[in-house]
Amino acid sequence: MAAKTVESPERNRPAHVGELVLPLLLVGGFCLATDLSQWFQSWPGNRTASANLIAVALGDAGHLFANHFFVKADAYFHSGFYPSIYDNRQSFQTPHIAEDSGAMKGQNSGDETRFLAPPRNWIEAFGREFYPSVHTHLSEGGADGEEGVGTVREILPWLKLSAELDPKRVQTYIVTAYWLRRMDKPDESKQVLREGLKENPGNPQLLFDLGRLFLETQHNPVGARKVWEAGLRNLDSLPLADKTNVQNRFSQEQILAALANLEIQAGNTNRVLDLLHQLKEVTTTPVAVEKWINDYKSGKR
Amino acid sequence: MKNIRLLSRVVLKESIRRKDFYVLFVVTAVITLVMGSVNLFHDNQIVRYLKEICLLLIWISTVVIAITMAARQIPAERESRTIFPLLAKPITRTEVLLGKFFGCWIAVAAALAVFYIFFGLMAMTKEHHWPLTNYFQAIWLHWVMLGVVIAMSLLGSLLFSAVSANVTISFVVVAFILMLGRHLDKVALQVGEPARSLLEALFFVLPHLEFFDVRDLVIHDWPAIHWLVCVKATAYGFAYGAFFLVAACLCFRRRPLN
Repeated sequence: MAAKTVESPERNRPAHVGELVLPLLLVGGFCLATDLSQWFQSWPGNRTASANLIAVALGDAGHLFANHFFVKADAYFHSGFYPSIYDNRQSFQTPHIAEDSGAMKGQNSGDETRFLAPPRNWIEAFGREFYPSVHTHLSEGGADGEEGVGTVREILPWLKLSAELDPKRVQTYIVTAYWLRRMDKPDESKQVLREGLKENPGNPQLLFDLGRLFLETQHNPVGARKVWEAGLRNLDSLPLADKTNVQNRFSQEQILAALANLEIQAGNTNRVLDLLHQLKEVTTTPVAVEKWINDYKSGKR
Repeated sequence: MKNIRLLSRVVLKESIRRKDFYVLFVVTAVITLVMGSVNLFHDNQIVRYLKEICLLLIWISTVVIAITMAARQIPAERESRTIFPLLAKPITRTEVLLGKFFGCWIAVAAALAVFYIFFGLMAMTKEHHWPLTNYFQAIWLHWVMLGVVIAMSLLGSLLFSAVSANVTISFVVVAFILMLGRHLDKVALQVGEPARSLLEALFFVLPHLEFFDVRDLVIHDWPAIHWLVCVKATAYGFAYGAFFLVAACLCFRRRPLN
């Protein structure tokens, strides 16, 4: 007896049905896309405003990664000798690259060379042979103690990446510009500060650093005075809450002190005293400023 | 010994035919070269970030090659039923396992050599020096570590029913040890009992694969490790490798093949 073949219901369906469904779905998808794209462009949550591909891909997580890479640059500055989240981080609360550049006020305490507690067992002691366990700075000789200041260049890729991920983070530009200046690259330093100002218009910290660049590398006190005074004006125009935050007060202190020094060189006595009195009001060390004023008045400084 | 040598040669030939290594090498090379072509403040001497990326990719690639290669050795023989004619020959199960182990280990050594030559050449074009001692220690320790991983993976292939389960578990264990192994005792101090004792026991029992990871020393141009330390680490790796291999041999001897 011949076996009866069972035909699939798919085979009985006319072929042209599938051929019609495909263009129908295509047209439907196209119509929906044209409608939705208009809505998407006007939706405040869309990320197409940014031309930065990484920023678009990461969204708000970009800030976290930016901080991670900023800290990584500091780890490179220490040639890999850096506390993990399980170690005592008291002496690494403020990245040293930022503290050295004046971008952030240091909040570190304790001995930075001894965040690794004495080993508790032989495994920990033996394990320390396989990762950097001695404190060094790239600017002071690096891992073998013989490297020049040029080796600090190794921190730059991470700083650049950090700035791309979070363009609003001012410290990144300041730190990058400072170390570029130390490496005798004033043009690149200026470029970084300009990029920072493009992203953060009128930022007093960036203006302070730009002024420093004008004065130190281009010997241009007029340009320096101009940008520092612009920085002070911008600080004055800030709302009171912003003006009194730690970072802005620190910037104000830096600008006032730098301007005072500039005016001392120019011999503008009244302006110097005015600036020093302003500095005394904002500084955390008024006694030192008072001494500065007295020294200046008595002609010692 | 001859049987082991012959079998390991077969494994090596098979690994040459597979595409895993070539794909991973090309991916590593392309990513490294693309990253190296980025203009960073007109300074073409910046190299450490590139060394870090390249070494990270080498570590990931070689661990992938080692685990996937070792994990499928015995199950593939069983699935294709070639294990029966193989064992019908005058060869013991221990010799089969040792042949598989040495075959994988030598194949991984060849892959490591290619990867590190690429790494060395890439670093030399920017640094203009070649710290051969550091590189040799890095390759050697890396290879010893992969020996432990291969032995562990072979044992896993006899304990777990599916290759995928073994591969996944091996990856998780290796990643866990490399990332957290060093800190387990510190974590133990911050938790209460019985978790503390458990973590401390784990800290002492686990093979500390992070001993063999000297990437930070190579990246930041630290001086080479003392040779005695290198010898001790090698002995430590060999001890754990041997432990996993013996355990695998015992499992394989008692395990029914069908």
